[in-house]
Amino acid sequence: MSHSNINVKDDEIDIVIGALCSDLTSFMNDWRPVFSRFHLIIVKDPDLKEELQIPEGFNVDVYTKTDIDRLVGSSSILFYGYSCRYFGFLVSRKKYIVSIDDDCTPAKDKDGSLVDIVAQHVTNLTTPATPFFFNTLYDPYRKGADFVRGYPFSLRNGVQCALSCGLWLNLADYDAPTQALKPELKNSRYVDAVLTVPARTLMPLSGINIAFDRELVGPALFPALRLAGEGKLRWETMEDIWSGMCAKVVCDHLGFGVKSGLPYVWRTERGNAVDSLRKEWEGVKLMEEVVPFFQTLRLKRTTVKAEDCVVEVAKEVKEHLGKVDPVFGRAAEAMVDWVRLWRAVGSSSS
Amino acid sequence: MAEPSVKPTPLLKDELDIVIPTIRNLDFLEMWRPFFQSYHLIIVQDGDPSKTIRVPEGFDYELYNRNDINRILGPKASCISFKDSACRCFGFMVSKKKYIFTIDDDCFVAKDPSGKEINALEQHIKNLLSPSTPTFFNTLYDPYREGADFVRGYPFSLREGVITAVSHGLWLNIPDYDAPTQLVKPLERNTRYVDAVLTIPKGTLFPMCGMNLGFQRELIGPAMYFGLMGDGQPIGRYDDMWAGWCVKVICDHLGYGVKTGLPYIWHSKASNPFVNLKKEYNGIFWQEEAIPFFQSVSLPKDCTTVQKCYIELSKQVKEKLGKVDPYFNKLADAMVTWIEAWNELNSAEGNTVKLPAKGAAK
Repeated sequence: MSHSNINVKDDEIDIVIGALCSDLTSFMNDWRPVFSRFHLIIVKDPDLKEELQIPEGFNVDVYTKTDIDRLVGSSSILFYGYSCRYFGFLVSRKKYIVSIDDDCTPAKDKDGSLVDIVAQHVTNLTTPATPFFFNTLYDPYRKGADFVRGYPFSLRNGVQCALSCGLWLNLADYDAPTQALKPELKNSRYVDAVLTVPARTLMPLSGINIAFDRELVGPALFPALRLAGEGKLRWETMEDIWSGMCAKVVCDHLGFGVKSGLPYVWRTERGNAVDSLRKEWEGVKLMEEVVPFFQTLRLKRTTVKAEDCVVEVAKEVKEHLGKVDPVFGRAAEAMVDWVRLWRAVGSSSS
Repeated sequence: MAEPSVKPTPLLKDELDIVIPTIRNLDFLEMWRPFFQSYHLIIVQDGDPSKTIRVPEGFDYELYNRNDINRILGPKASCISFKDSACRCFGFMVSKKKYIFTIDDDCFVAKDPSGKEINALEQHIKNLLSPSTPTFFNTLYDPYREGADFVRGYPFSLREGVITAVSHGLWLNIPDYDAPTQLVKPLERNTRYVDAVLTIPKGTLFPMCGMNLGFQRELIGPAMYFGLMGDGQPIGRYDDMWAGWCVKVICDHLGYGVKTGLPYIWHSKASNPFVNLKKEYNGIFWQEEAIPFFQSVSLPKDCTTVQKCYIELSKQVKEKLGKVDPYFNKLADAMVTWIEAWNELNSAEGNTVKLPAKGAAK
């Protein structure tokens, strides 16, 4: 059960939504109890032709293709589809960002109450992470829990948490082959835990429900890996997975923590996994090349800022993965471009 | 939504021993009867060997007290702790089975959130019989559980997983806190049922609690030595911790998996925090040295068996931790003694060395 975080003010938080759907009325109304206190940044997918429909009563800034073109100019970065949200990360001036896909609605916890994902994400980000030693009772900072016997005292201060990865009930974030094989497979298990993903352990970062400390790791979440057949369903993308691997390496290097678990969102049906199988296959193949690379990637000790880490990762990507598939060469370019953009546009805060 | 028909979990009743260390009585077994009765028990009686420990009717068991341990191991009995539940590892050594489940005598059957009684043994078996995934973290936890799978982005080449060597269960009610935490929070109870099993990633250490633990003895048994604790030793309540650090390092080296999470048992007894503080005192300081040691341990490629890994570890313990305190020299020697005793008892000839112990057949 999350508790309200009294140290963080509402105006330190931005909610960023990439709109791949033009009619956001029911989405926004569903989230009104949670979102109405906060400033929202909605970025319209440049491919979307229809006008966005957004209900009244929100403090929201909308960005469209025009804004993106004006601010970004010519760049190797493409902000189409799911990648449009990163533009929101770029222009935000807040410390904390919470971002979810526009096909999610609030979940209910085990008591039947609406899950306040913002409160939980902010709690995750403002309590320490413990990446160097696994606590078997999960997050020791949660009410009713603590470090267990045998947990070294010198590690109990933890480190700052930079990234909070939430989960999904109903339609989980499975890839197309898995969902196509098991069309009835729905996630109905509410796991009441938050845990730190240990240092040097890699994980697939799902962009469906995330939050991060923009001041700490903003530059490390970027749109770079674009599949040739990338589409408008999560099954047809890998951009968040790619960005997440880089972000985890950067967090490990800089000594920040990454948490996974609560909060849950409820994810609704969209699309057909079997149809997506054609496009998804490319992403699945690429992951095989990517994992060994990231597992052995080590950054220079002298690289101490997140944006410099990204540039260094990009260099390694170009050198070691560029020859494997041109998509990686393009990703490396986009990462460098992103940092340039970040330095020019994104690095100031309010 | 209709649940797909799930295969029943094999009982493994001829392949699994339940090892219970006790110094008082085994009344708790009454509550476990529906779940434990088919299995063979190995009772390791700590403390005064002249005391008779009553085992509830109907259980098939063998019981060893200190006299038995001394008789069976001879001078090597020095590696088995006295007046500490660490003596349980003697039970691991004399078992002939493929799997072990060990539980403390103050652990009872817990209930899940629906009110149903939890068959902890069955869950441990499920954990041990399904693969682990130590090389890449699955955000939906154990992908082999019903109702779960690998998430998008999880490399297909890693989806076979590796064999699971250890299943570490948790506790509701009295949590397994150290003495300082117990002193600060005497009333805290663990009431949170976390419905997850997950693999502890490769390269990450954890505090392994021996209260509710399953493992594949044939895979990792020789590394499950619970150290020198209790009577005559400068430390206590670090037995399972020590075993856990050694086990995890060796599992990581050999490519075995370690799971933690379900099942929960109900831990009923809160031990005295002042007594605990005295036992743990040295451990609190020494673990600050021990943890970096284990985190940076590297085992050579030619350590291809658990025993070889363990002997190598003992050498490094002596070399690197010996300077922290002479205790570690003793411990390193005891680690070697343990392996020698294990090999003796578990060789073809060793099977006839074991004297028949007291015990009632069903």
